[in-house]
Amino acid sequence: MHKETLNARRLLCPLPVIRTQDKVKQLKVGDQLEVICTDPGVMQDIPAWCRINGHKVLETISGDHEYIIILEVGP
Amino acid sequence: MSKQRKAVALISGGLDSMLAAKIVMEQGVHVEGINFFTGFCVEGHTHAIREKDKAKPKRNNSLWVAEQLSIKLHIVDVIEEYKNVLINPKHGYGAHMNPCLDCKIFMVNKAKQWIVENNFDFIITGEVIGQRPMSQRKGTMPIVAKQSGADDLLLRPLCAKNLPPTLPELEGWVDREKLHDITGRSRKPQMAMAAQFGFDDYAQPAGGCCFLTDKYYSAKLVDLWKSQGNKEYELDDVMLLKVGRHIRPQANFKLIVAREEGEGRFLQGYKKDFISMNSLSHTGPLVLIDGSASAEDLYLAARITARYGQGRDAEHVDINVMNKDGSERTIQVKPLKKEDMPKEWFI
Repeated sequence: MHKETLNARRLLCPLPVIRTQDKVKQLKVGDQLEVICTDPGVMQDIPAWCRINGHKVLETISGDHEYIIILEVGP
Repeated sequence: MSKQRKAVALISGGLDSMLAAKIVMEQGVHVEGINFFTGFCVEGHTHAIREKDKAKPKRNNSLWVAEQLSIKLHIVDVIEEYKNVLINPKHGYGAHMNPCLDCKIFMVNKAKQWIVENNFDFIITGEVIGQRPMSQRKGTMPIVAKQSGADDLLLRPLCAKNLPPTLPELEGWVDREKLHDITGRSRKPQMAMAAQFGFDDYAQPAGGCCFLTDKYYSAKLVDLWKSQGNKEYELDDVMLLKVGRHIRPQANFKLIVAREEGEGRFLQGYKKDFISMNSLSHTGPLVLIDGSASAEDLYLAARITARYGQGRDAEHVDINVMNKDGSERTIQVKPLKKEDMPKEWFI
């Protein structure tokens, strides 16, 4: 399993979703991606994008004005 | 058994495109959604920034629609390509800086490219004749189809019966009799159809989804272009137009004043790109100075900054001035009075 991190700080939705979408295209099934954002909208949008496209959200973390989503790339 | 046909639906997040996709899905066509991000899409941006909007749902309506329809959604970043649409619209602007017809042609053209690359058969939009004064009229429907290059691969399920048959209809990929003949600005047929499909929640019908249709936003964009002497822009420029109070005391500089904590936090991310100011002696907003300001200009900007803080009635306010390189200094100013700020300064 390969794990990568995507810095999507300062980006407002839907840009973090677009960057996630583009990054996931480069990964393989089972790989993990950690997306770090500052727009709280990602807590809704990235999980929704994952559900639509068959990826799995492993963890979401709400910090001090920072939001982290770890997902596993689906088939 | 006949081959299952595939269509891509332009999903804006509103009701019409949701219904258009659903109508075609009901006919056994495999549908996926596509959504284009121009940089001017309303969606959750300002909700995400402003503290007072935190209680509002921040869902992205296009993603939400795709989930309701159980279809994939492809969100495409067209920020760079869209510049030419906005700067040089062949068909001109609408009431404000909205190049709606050129925008529609552009998006359908992008969808056409997408179906070619992804081996899909046709394109669906939620257009309705007479729905929009600029882009959705009887006369513009063939213009969009022709100038986008989509021609008869563009199906508008909500008003198809009022238009010549398209290839999906002629080939029997969809049954024309099961398509619709909606016209005009009334939303009643769409609402009735939504009820039939069991959609009891959807984005505000006919609501604007683009900042360019907003009078105040358009004024700020025109001011930006005028101040720099050309119509160029970067994404950060157009994002900043969505945030704060914009005050231009002189042609060579303007202030962007955070209106509340959320905006202040957002503007913090731009402190390396602009001279910034905030009050040290009193509570007050973060202010960015956009443009090339002289020492005299900065003094005026500091007086304006003081005016928007708790020290507005004080004799003196200490203002911290931070340069792009992080170096700082403090200047003491008398806050500018409300009557000394002409309304022409407010963009």
